[in-house]
Amino acid sequence: MSEIKLERMDDNRWLLPQTGGMRVPGIIYANEKIYQLLRGDESAKQVANVAHLPGIVNYSLAMPDVHWGYGFPIGGVAAFEMDNGIISPGGVGYDINCGCRLMTTNLTLGDIKDKLKDLTTALYQHIPSGVGSTGSVKLSGRDQKKVLEDGAAWAVKAGFGLQEDLETTEDGGAIKGADPEQVSTRAMERGKQQLGTLGSGNHFLEIEVVQEIFDEEAARVFGLRKGQIAVMIHTGSRGLGYQICDDYLALMVKHANETGIELPDRQLACAYLESGRGKNYLAAMACGANYAWANRQILMHRTREVFEKTLRLSPREVNMRLVYDVCHNIAKIEEFNIGGIMKKLCVHRKGATRAFPAGHEAVPERYRKVGQPVLIPGDMGSGSYVLVGQEKAMTETFGSACHGAGRVMSRTQAIKTSRGRSIARELAVKGVLVMAGSKGTLSEEMPEAYKNVQDVVEVMHNAGIARKVARLKSLSCIKG
Amino acid sequence: MSNYKYFDHTADIGVEVTGRTRKELFVNAAGALFDVMIESKTGEKSVKQHKKITIEGADVADLLINFLRELLYLFNGEQFITISYEIIKFKNKELAVQLTGESFNNKKHVIKNEIKAVTYSGLTVERVKVGWKARIIFDV
Repeated sequence: MSEIKLERMDDNRWLLPQTGGMRVPGIIYANEKIYQLLRGDESAKQVANVAHLPGIVNYSLAMPDVHWGYGFPIGGVAAFEMDNGIISPGGVGYDINCGCRLMTTNLTLGDIKDKLKDLTTALYQHIPSGVGSTGSVKLSGRDQKKVLEDGAAWAVKAGFGLQEDLETTEDGGAIKGADPEQVSTRAMERGKQQLGTLGSGNHFLEIEVVQEIFDEEAARVFGLRKGQIAVMIHTGSRGLGYQICDDYLALMVKHANETGIELPDRQLACAYLESGRGKNYLAAMACGANYAWANRQILMHRTREVFEKTLRLSPREVNMRLVYDVCHNIAKIEEFNIGGIMKKLCVHRKGATRAFPAGHEAVPERYRKVGQPVLIPGDMGSGSYVLVGQEKAMTETFGSACHGAGRVMSRTQAIKTSRGRSIARELAVKGVLVMAGSKGTLSEEMPEAYKNVQDVVEVMHNAGIARKVARLKSLSCIKG
Repeated sequence: MSNYKYFDHTADIGVEVTGRTRKELFVNAAGALFDVMIESKTGEKSVKQHKKITIEGADVADLLINFLRELLYLFNGEQFITISYEIIKFKNKELAVQLTGESFNNKKHVIKNEIKAVTYSGLTVERVKVGWKARIIFDV
């Protein structure tokens, strides 16, 4: 962050003044502690780079989990005007609709304590994970097109889950306007094998227990109670999404000169929303997003099966309900009040979660009087937070909040730091059982490699963007 | 001496690659890509296969990224691991390479890292004293 000077706005925000080719200033959500961590990397420069893009509205934003990504910072939020703004595949990310899904059960810690190892082992065996893992769902070409068009609804129709699951999935589990014709043969090929897989890296499935309730009313509405067993899934669109992003990014880099847009970083390559290439990318991105929702829906169904079989309980006894499913790598067309006028904008959330307040029509009816659940996983083994979107998110952050803890340590640093240690054993001491395909993943994902999720969440809470509802503690975790 | 080294990046893996010539830079960058992803056990036999690829790019940097993207796709989409490279044609905006490689085999190959993509982020390709140098970030 060498040459960039940030000015403190208040306890939770730092202003990145507009300089050079920036069209708007930047704002970074951070408290003093997070601000100090920012000084080591390039994320503030990336916030400034995004501010160069045409049609950007108000500010280039970064949430408190901000860290150095490629092109856009991770934790970046930027909204663009529809008529003269852009869409950037790099501003969505390779893992299109990477996101989180939280399910609750009727069970308490006492019900599963003795069977936690069996449950975790069974989940590890039944949910394909790891690099290049292939799924248990084999798709025909025609089925795959339906997955891309219908998302989670395809999965429910195919027998993976319940109709009610769709009600608490962001956008009902499908973005409209998905056109499989805009997806390359290569992306389709990669997608065929991987539906119903977790993947590797920071993706995970965790069994958690609700440890603390901060907001009784919202918790009651979301169906969360202290001591209750829950499951959090974090994954996305797998190879299909990576390939869509890669294809369109290369195409936009190739034609970068035609748009006349000066890019401070090639990774920001973009197209005007009104152009053919912009529209085609949006239609392909929707396909990637819908595939990811079908993927998480299938994984949830597998989790239900494993719980029922391992614990020898009926579906009604386990009662695994979907609290919510959010995407945190996405571009959405949403309406916001800009200077007194309601305007449609294209909001890029690259490692950021939608956080709509009470009363918003996109919030599921059963949650509308309190607001949308915002799911924030912490580092491995520390658990997760559930927040609820606030009105201020609409005026300050284009309805967005953070998406996780955010890395502070590079992967190579993490591997170096963890040398000679057993991360699995250290987590076991803390009471968290971890099963992973590779020791490398555990080292890279070690808790110290991340910011403290509590600090990140406090910034959002104190800034009035999203209010704390509940905290969940990890009991066990499976990873690729 | 290794012809590439890692540089620190918070979320991803960055490599700085050198080569005496542009051709050598490209081959070394490809070597780094597979080195980051795969560890091969010696002793296990494999059947060698050949593939010819042609790549286009707006300039030398774009050409390098497109070359690496193609190799990454061949691995992710077709399980083809490239071992050696013969550059048949090298122009400013076009490249043709004869690849020799083998199919992924879990007895012989261990995947160390999943690379989602070869990014354009912070990409530099430049002439230096010893020849050429590139900085590339892999999204993992």
